[in-house]
Amino acid sequence: MRHDHLITSKQLSRADIETVLDRAAEIDADPAAVADRHANTLLGLLFFEPSTRTKMSFETAMKRLGGDVVDMGSIESSSVKKGETLADTVRVIEGYADALVLRHPREGAAKMASEYVDVPLLNAGDGAGHHPTQTLLDLYTIRENAGLDDLTIGIMGDLKYGRTVHSLAHALTNFDTRQHFVSPESLQLPREVVYDLHQVDESATIREHDSLEEILPSLDVLYVTRIQRERFPDEREYQKVAGEYQIDADTLEAASDDLTIMHPLPRVDEIAPAIDDTDYAAYFDQAHNGVPVRMALLDLFLSEGGETDE
Amino acid sequence: MSDDRDGDEHELRVSKIRNGTVIDHVRGGQALNVLAILGIDGSQGEEVSVGMNVPSDRLARKDIVKVEGRELSQDEVDVLSLIAPDATINIVRDYEVVEKHRVERPEIVEGVLSCPNTGCITTGDEPVSSRFEVLDDGVRCTYCGTIVREEIASLIDT
Repeated sequence: MRHDHLITSKQLSRADIETVLDRAAEIDADPAAVADRHANTLLGLLFFEPSTRTKMSFETAMKRLGGDVVDMGSIESSSVKKGETLADTVRVIEGYADALVLRHPREGAAKMASEYVDVPLLNAGDGAGHHPTQTLLDLYTIRENAGLDDLTIGIMGDLKYGRTVHSLAHALTNFDTRQHFVSPESLQLPREVVYDLHQVDESATIREHDSLEEILPSLDVLYVTRIQRERFPDEREYQKVAGEYQIDADTLEAASDDLTIMHPLPRVDEIAPAIDDTDYAAYFDQAHNGVPVRMALLDLFLSEGGETDE
Repeated sequence: MSDDRDGDEHELRVSKIRNGTVIDHVRGGQALNVLAILGIDGSQGEEVSVGMNVPSDRLARKDIVKVEGRELSQDEVDVLSLIAPDATINIVRDYEVVEKHRVERPEIVEGVLSCPNTGCITTGDEPVSSRFEVLDDGVRCTYCGTIVREEIASLIDT
């Protein structure tokens, strides 16, 4: 990888992705081998939005590499409350840390912030924009469960605002995949994302559906995302729509036995708890994969001069 | 303005200017958007002449805009190119055309348009200028990725 920052999955080539996933697999197999690799390294955590998994897994990843974190804390207790700009905040924290992880509610925040700092900056979510580190752990999980080539994947739920979906869809264009997008009409993929997918490959195999039924039997992977209440004008409308995009044992009767079900979590009621103990469920493994994948990313970005790929 | 071969007819309708800019070969019907780009709405007392839908050799119908006392900046010319790609810009000093250029579509337009996405980082209080990549059929915010194809003139940051 030859990148100064990680802002969007669009910047990642197939070789970049494979470099990260291969490194993550090595680390996963033998975490002790890297336990002191980044001793005395500090990672700056700047989370302007709540986060559990992403923040804790970055913290875990840095500590498992022998380093530590400095955390801005919640925005209520920070200088942001006093009106400090993001551009100023990152320039200050850059002086404390060897790399930065940023989550921010505005689209384009990570790109802008990266223009103000020299240390590596990793985007941990910018509004409805991108979430490339989630994408890499998603790809790692897909590769482990179904393989990344000759893959048929269904991506279902809130495709409009779901940044994990936008990032994943871009990244999958590097592989031989057929992507089916399943959502209510009001939550379809933004036209910008569709435009990009076709820019990459005019014949990109992308289909949009309003129901899972017709495509479920053909899927190797079903990636489910949460449909958020606040996207709907009233509770009744939400209940009606959300109910159509839930997975339970009955839904899965039509699925292939080898189907892998993923979810970036947190879930509310998109996937019935009864599915958790079946062979379909990969979402907790997926969340755990956040640690080795983020260890691999930090290792690649923090290693002197960066790693190169061919 | 004798350099304008298809201009004889409209010269009668639109008077010459002493110092300023003549924007010629604007696509028919776009003159008011050109004025919007320049931030001219008449309220500041600018002396402006507009010809709309006048016959033209190069374009079947064209608009022409003459602004007294104002020379366009490169930024203004860049944005102009998005709505008036065939336009010619004539800078006039003391009744003579001293510079004449065709507009060229830039690859990037910076600091001129504002992103219509209210969630975009450039619309907050950050010290960053807007930046748009120019596509074949529109513009795209390089920060949030929003694509705008219609009514680009309405994004002009005034």
